[in-house]
Amino acid sequence: MRPFAYQRAGDPSAAVQALAAAAAGNDVPTEALVQPLAGGTTLIDLMKLDVMRPSTLVDINPLAASWSQINLDGDNLKLGALARMSDVAAHPEVQRFYPVVAESLKLAASPQLRNMATLGGNVLQRTRCTYFRDVSYANCNKRNPGSGCAAMDGFNRTHAVLGTSDACIATYPGDLAQALIALDATVEIVGKSGVRSMPFAQLHKAPGDSPQIETTLQPGELISGFAINGRWPRSIYLKTRDRQSYEFALASAAIALDVQDGTVRDARVALGGVATMPWRAREAEALLKGQKLDDGLAQRVAEAALAGATARKHNGFKIDLGRRVVAHALQRAAKMEI
Amino acid sequence: MSDRPPFKTTSGFDRRTFIASAAGTAAAIPLARAAGAPASQSAQRDASLPVEMTLRVNGEDKALTVDARTTVLDALREHLGLTGSKKGCDHGQCGACTVLVDGRRVLSCLTLAIATQGRDIATIEGLSKGDELHPMQQAFIEQDAFQCGYCTPGQIMSAIACVHEGHTNSDEDIREHMSGNICRCAAYPNIVAAVKQAAPQILKG
Repeated sequence: MRPFAYQRAGDPSAAVQALAAAAAGNDVPTEALVQPLAGGTTLIDLMKLDVMRPSTLVDINPLAASWSQINLDGDNLKLGALARMSDVAAHPEVQRFYPVVAESLKLAASPQLRNMATLGGNVLQRTRCTYFRDVSYANCNKRNPGSGCAAMDGFNRTHAVLGTSDACIATYPGDLAQALIALDATVEIVGKSGVRSMPFAQLHKAPGDSPQIETTLQPGELISGFAINGRWPRSIYLKTRDRQSYEFALASAAIALDVQDGTVRDARVALGGVATMPWRAREAEALLKGQKLDDGLAQRVAEAALAGATARKHNGFKIDLGRRVVAHALQRAAKMEI
Repeated sequence: MSDRPPFKTTSGFDRRTFIASAAGTAAAIPLARAAGAPASQSAQRDASLPVEMTLRVNGEDKALTVDARTTVLDALREHLGLTGSKKGCDHGQCGACTVLVDGRRVLSCLTLAIATQGRDIATIEGLSKGDELHPMQQAFIEQDAFQCGYCTPGQIMSAIACVHEGHTNSDEDIREHMSGNICRCAAYPNIVAAVKQAAPQILKG
């Protein structure tokens, strides 16, 4: 690991100021020389691997006093960016009214990592693409823009089939993000010009020809929290993986349904493990609205959710697996007793 | 892996030099506070210099002067002589380095020592009372819950937290919530048995 200076940020403006100071002139936040330190589970790992090379860490954990709320006020859930994954997963109201959120967290990582990792850091977790994580591969467009992509013709079993580009097929690794995008969450962001919020769906971007830019966060900006309007008790997160526990998704689905008298009034479908970014399948959702959910419809929705998927040599199985996960998750959500 | 600090705890480095060069950048609290340095708005501190910090380990305050890169795991093993916590993968994947910080199980290999000041670190060395083993240690022995033993300190620290978190209601529950601790010898069935044995004793206090 390269040497770094360590600072503690006493308040949000100090944090933003420290981050923005060195961010000037660098439009790729993940490559900025000053990085925020929260749970550290991605950052310290990638610093040990020499993938991330900050010269200063700004420890934002002192902001937890104001940024770690888990608060259901009426139909409005607010989650602080520094709330720990384990605390949100174990929160009774989150479990009851937002099971897709609680399950996405509980099925992620290990108990130790969930105790450390924060929600803000989790949604910004970086890909597990082996070629990205191993700096001995020179050709990684995400790490080394313009250098090519070793995964394209390498071992790409875990890589994405949706949202890919000629420059990058790295899978977005997180779980919570699928729940947030499905529930139309908003993300609150603090920057040097103040606080702004936007739909969570606008936070991540597809790789396109600039896979080094993973989000729409501006240099020096920090996520301070998330908000979800409305309750979604009929919602689930289904995750398939190589091991039963403590593993990244090969394919996962975040499903939320509003069913009245057997008719689907609103439906949300998001996919994980198969896409380059948190993936909302809006066209698939549209098939559900106003319909009665049966096995045939679940299959058609699943087909639509994976429409447009393209595979490389080793990851073609994800297309079929993704369909099965969506169909199965829909059926499970429909049968939930709420 | 190049994260091992190039110097030892009390290497006798020049405190005045450190203070003179110590300062954070604008707005954040400079870390050199521990060395009593005034906050300068302009001077850049040499990031490769060691920093002073105090860690509270098993109830005792330990003063250290180490590289800012030092993880809690390396601080314990390389600087405090507490080699019970093990370095397996050093990347947060195996759980061998599990310790408790303020009672919560975390991975010490991904936790910076400098960021852990003012918090209680509990390691395997602090569990027994004299010759009397902690119930979880005793259960691991009685259930033969290890072969090579390398993952065992992490397993035991994790298992104690697992009990306090309330995740020992069934074998499945234990397996799921012990999944962050890998055992290369695959002693898993006996680990589950040990956790089950110790849980009621621990909860009874």
